[in-house]
Amino acid sequence: MTGTLVDWIWLAPALALLGFVLNGTLAFVRPNAKTLVSVIGAGMLLAAFAVAVVVFRAFMGLHPEEPIVFRYWQWIPVDTLQVDFAFQVDQLSLVMLMVVTGVGSLIHVFSIGYMKEDPGYARYFAYLNLFVFFMLVLVLGASFPVMFVGWEGVGLCSYLLIGFWYSEAANATAGRKAFIMNRIGDFGFMVAMFMIFWATGSLDFTTVFTHAPNVLTPGGGTITAITLLLFLGCTGKSAQIPLYTWLPDAMAGPTPVSALIHAATMVTAGVYLVARCNLLFALAPVSSAVVAGVGALTALFAATIALKQWDIKRVLAYSTVSQLGYMFLAVGTGAMAGGIFHLATHAFFKALLFLGSGSVIFAMHRAYHHTHAHDDAQDMRNMGGLRRYMPWTAVLMWIATLAIAGIPPLAGFFSKDEILTAAHARGHIAWVWLIFWAFGLIAALLTAFYMTRLMLYTFHGPNRTGEEAREHLHEAPWIMTGPLVALGLLTVLGGLLNVPALYHGGEWLHHWLEPVTQPGAALLPEYHLSTGSEWLLVGIAVATAAIGIVGAWRLLEPERLVPARNAPEERGFARVLRNKWYIDEIYDALIVRPLTWFSREVLWKRLDQQAIDGAAVNGAARGARALGWANRWLQTGQVGTYVAIFVIGVLLILWRALG
Amino acid sequence: MLLSPALAISAVLFTLGVAGVLFRRNAIVIFMCVELMLNAVNLTFVALAQNIGVGGQVFVFFVMAVAAAEAAVGLAIILAVYRHKQSVSLQNMNLLRDG
Repeated sequence: MTGTLVDWIWLAPALALLGFVLNGTLAFVRPNAKTLVSVIGAGMLLAAFAVAVVVFRAFMGLHPEEPIVFRYWQWIPVDTLQVDFAFQVDQLSLVMLMVVTGVGSLIHVFSIGYMKEDPGYARYFAYLNLFVFFMLVLVLGASFPVMFVGWEGVGLCSYLLIGFWYSEAANATAGRKAFIMNRIGDFGFMVAMFMIFWATGSLDFTTVFTHAPNVLTPGGGTITAITLLLFLGCTGKSAQIPLYTWLPDAMAGPTPVSALIHAATMVTAGVYLVARCNLLFALAPVSSAVVAGVGALTALFAATIALKQWDIKRVLAYSTVSQLGYMFLAVGTGAMAGGIFHLATHAFFKALLFLGSGSVIFAMHRAYHHTHAHDDAQDMRNMGGLRRYMPWTAVLMWIATLAIAGIPPLAGFFSKDEILTAAHARGHIAWVWLIFWAFGLIAALLTAFYMTRLMLYTFHGPNRTGEEAREHLHEAPWIMTGPLVALGLLTVLGGLLNVPALYHGGEWLHHWLEPVTQPGAALLPEYHLSTGSEWLLVGIAVATAAIGIVGAWRLLEPERLVPARNAPEERGFARVLRNKWYIDEIYDALIVRPLTWFSREVLWKRLDQQAIDGAAVNGAARGARALGWANRWLQTGQVGTYVAIFVIGVLLILWRALG
Repeated sequence: MLLSPALAISAVLFTLGVAGVLFRRNAIVIFMCVELMLNAVNLTFVALAQNIGVGGQVFVFFVMAVAAAEAAVGLAIILAVYRHKQSVSLQNMNLLRDG
């Protein structure tokens, strides 16, 4: 307890939980009370955001070097394992708190318009509130187990919301896929927790980070295993190679869910975890290099797939995977502030892109609904020229596109540039980082290209929606465009959070996070680039983005696209990209099918049917029968024989007792 | 009454009873041998009651009472068997035998 307004931190998750309870109840008793549900759902989030702002201001007044820990109750007291349910307020968790509640509020407001016609309206808002509650537990938790509660909780909500329209089998399957892929990652997280407890004797962040440098050899096997297992958890939650395949399928959920959970907040939990454990990763250079390498590779790989997707949400999904790769490149490099900076700016512009695509899909869907057409409302081949019908969405999405491509002075430029510069700077120590930097640079080129492609096919060129449906294309209502405008402002101004010293900026976020990132940063080698080479890197990055945008603008011809119904199959390499490098098929052939084969042929037919049912169950019965058959000569029916045996028995007992 | 001879007689009577149950075929004779064993035990009770206490003597009455009831039930069974099988030989009473 600090005696300041920071003490009210518990109110933020509590409000979200209250929203869940109220809306969950309404979903059963008054599913059609949509006004009430909206007021509760969005209102609780706005209130939580207000709490976050108040706490943030109070915390700025204190600006302590140590995290403020609030212990609420004893949770797991077992001998030396003592886990309290405790929240931790520090610079990092507050940044996350602001992003989650701020972007979350805007998306809740947007949802009011987007989900208006849906029969599951109350259920939707209940899940969304529950998600925010768990996300806040995740970022506020003061120990690994409390964080894990949030970590699992957001996974549950993600599953519930991906399969929100569960009456279609594909959606339910996508939800299960997400859940199972995450479970593989969670296995890593849990084993890492066990090892942390075994090595340091505690699970509290503060204690673990105090003890770790004393009990763990830097670069040793234990710390490397712990960090790699933690990172396995991150690859699941944050959709990195090899566990990223669930995220594109997660687009089966409502679009605001994709914006909130699968772009802005939940998927960044892995980045937050690495940043939170920056000390552990600094102690394990090999793991850090793995994190950065996997991040760089994912950034490039996902970007190539995004080049050839037709579903507007799938392009954005692969873009998210790619951008998350950048964040891991940053935190793997040791540029924790850079990673968190990109996390925040990405939350702004990717939420804007997703909500913008939601507004497009909303318009397309409505148009097709009016004309009773059954075309795909998410396929870009059915769009085109939409800027004439929805100018606000078009302009705002262009801002976000330029931001994600890295055009100055928008938010994405500063954060992406900081990451690439950090990777390049580390290249002076080991050459492998230069490869990561090159991956990041090529990914930036592709990002600019596929995002321009998306904009070009959606908003420019002739319209392909169909003569009749075209009449019904309109801009979304203000309750949806309002949040878009707010996110547009954040996208433009977000870069101010951390303007680098190169432009005489204050690097506010960098200094703000220093109390959290300092322990890890102190262990890393110092490296500095000259001002000249920094300017050169900036020039390269901007030129790359410009080439990507102009290249896409010149090469692609939206005039030649035909609606999805009549479109020909791609050929050659384009087809490989269209089919996502056949990764799902490869996983199916390498893992799923051998596993089902092994389960069916060995576990079921051999082990279960033959060994357990055959040998153990029926074998026991057969054994008993054989024993009875062998001994049935004892049953003569002659009382005399029984008595004889009885007497022999008595004599034997007497002999044993007396002898 | 001396203790050792009494116990010896009791043992002899009991063994005779056991032997009778084991080797005779006639249900009535076997029945009488069972009574013989019971009375051998009674004799032991009475003999030991001299040294240990009156409890043994009291117990003998219980045994006699139970033996009387048992005799009634046992003889009734034997009569029933005889009506059914026209024989009281135990060799013919083997319905419980497997197969």
